[in-house]
Amino acid sequence: MRPRRPILASIIGLVMCATSVLAQTRTMLNVSYDPTRELYKDFNAEFARMWKEKTGQTVEIKMSHGGSGKQARAVIDGLEADVVTLALAYDIDAISEHAGLLPKEWQSRLPNASSPYTSTIVFLVRKGNPKNIRDWDDLLKPGVEVITPNPKTSGGARWNYLAAWGFALRRELGDLAKLEDPNAAEAVKAAQAKARQFVTDVFRRVPVLDTGARGSTTTFVQRNIGDVLLAWENEAFLAVEELGKDKFEIVVPSISILAEPPVTLIDKFSDKHGNRDLAQAYLEYLYSPIGQRLAAKHYYRPYDPSLVDPEDLKRFPKLELLSIDTVFGGWKKVQTEHFDDGGVFDQIYKP
Amino acid sequence: MPGAVALSLSVGVRPGTPATRDTSLTRWVLTGIALTFLGVFLVLPLVVVFTEALREGIGVYLGSFQDPDALSAIRLTLIAAGVSVPLNVVFGLCAAWAITKFKFRGRSLLVTLIDLPFAVSPVVAGLIYVLVFGRQGWLGPWLAEHDIKIIFAAPGIVLATVFITFPFVARELIPLMEEQGLEEEQAAMTLGARGWTMFRRVTLPNIRWALLYGVILCNARAMGEFGAVSVVSGHIRGQTNTLPLHVEILYNEYSFAAAFATASLLAILAIITLVLKTAVEYRVRRQMELSARLGDKS
Repeated sequence: MRPRRPILASIIGLVMCATSVLAQTRTMLNVSYDPTRELYKDFNAEFARMWKEKTGQTVEIKMSHGGSGKQARAVIDGLEADVVTLALAYDIDAISEHAGLLPKEWQSRLPNASSPYTSTIVFLVRKGNPKNIRDWDDLLKPGVEVITPNPKTSGGARWNYLAAWGFALRRELGDLAKLEDPNAAEAVKAAQAKARQFVTDVFRRVPVLDTGARGSTTTFVQRNIGDVLLAWENEAFLAVEELGKDKFEIVVPSISILAEPPVTLIDKFSDKHGNRDLAQAYLEYLYSPIGQRLAAKHYYRPYDPSLVDPEDLKRFPKLELLSIDTVFGGWKKVQTEHFDDGGVFDQIYKP
Repeated sequence: MPGAVALSLSVGVRPGTPATRDTSLTRWVLTGIALTFLGVFLVLPLVVVFTEALREGIGVYLGSFQDPDALSAIRLTLIAAGVSVPLNVVFGLCAAWAITKFKFRGRSLLVTLIDLPFAVSPVVAGLIYVLVFGRQGWLGPWLAEHDIKIIFAAPGIVLATVFITFPFVARELIPLMEEQGLEEEQAAMTLGARGWTMFRRVTLPNIRWALLYGVILCNARAMGEFGAVSVVSGHIRGQTNTLPLHVEILYNEYSFAAAFATASLLAILAIITLVLKTAVEYRVRRQMELSARLGDKS
């Protein structure tokens, strides 16, 4: 028995050391979605530097990344995030609805519907664009394999799905204003059916459904599966940047969707950790010139372009971006109609 | 019918042909298939892991273990294994003892239950813990009230690991203890040994190699488990990532050299396990033979 004591003592000593170090450092947890890894790596360092200067406190920001829906589920199940920075508003609504961790009207607490940066969906193809994919309808060309994550677990995939739907709707109707026009009800109905068929056909060409955007990117890029990756604009830029301009190129379709990844404070958890001030400052810092500049640097479209170097804005191509609120009637409706169990996605996706 | 018998006989004693030629050819073919299979599916991936890990030089390779997140992953993996292995030793001993030395109602049910973690997918195992200990789970409200964190923290990872590695020790011990029977213990008891003395002086020496074998397998699985741990981890960098999860994260962040370096650490662990396993297996087999021979004599 004797030899065990020193071990026990050293374990206790270690634990005490660890706690005393923790006492001087404030830690907070940001639960985020997949493609924000590089952005928040940079941003966290920048924020910690600013916070140290301002308050003298050392702050350590812990990160957790994964498919947006999966991450929301984890927070609901008790992953104690001080802030969440997810891919779409519905996932945060779900946290509010199922776990009551933050107020229902969270989205009005920060500017631009709580989205400090926006993005859109573009195509990533192999160098030289061998299958000549230019726009959404080219996805249905014979022999084209499409890579996208699973809309059930991934926020990016839900944007992919809706962008494809929006493209077909727009092609059928010509003018999306008809969606509001009661006289065009018949035409709208037919167009919706066509759009549904289009999306069904697209998903028929998907050989692998990963759970998150990053998984899909590695499937396309590393494992060399598929001819076109439907990706977040920032993810596509990053893949080209990290893995070689000589291997991939970005194709911007004629029309896509305005993706607004929102951020918010998780009231219950940040209060529990005594981190409200810190978490609030963290989120506000995303809207500051530095936060906006970092967003643009990592290929997110800043909410306020005037704060960013115009050179950095040139990389974002101009294209028509559909709004989820006007075209689809908002996330709540979209979620129940398309992505909940038994919804349209379940009906059309039969592997 | 007589014809058939004659035919089969004539195959056996065909004059001038060594009776072993056919079997030796079959043996070579079979061995060849097995070796090719092993080479393609086992050795090749291992080689890939090490070449990819060392692709950017030994400096990068070693550097990837100095990253605080990697160190934290190594630490958590060691904690998970360090807790689950002793727990499983105690449990495995108790279960094997109870099953082989006593006859009781529900004995076969217990044997089946021990195998449950082998039958259940690890992901489901993880989800079970989320459903029990998660914030929306059965014990969630009570745990939240008392500020006890299980899921998305080290305890959840340890629990999931314990569940997954549950059968290893018991499964190794039960056949051996069954084989050995009760005689030696009964002899010890007639000589006046009490329970603990009997266990220490008679049972333990008899089963020690099988126990060690179980421990090695248990440890390897504890360190390598991905699925169940992934579900309960929450993937907080530097906090709730084990080595296998860290590999995934690095891979997803395009840090391929670091990902393979970490993977190589797990591979090295696997190789050490295999070497130890082979050595111990040899001792176990000898012990089995010994006790079987003794059993025959009596």
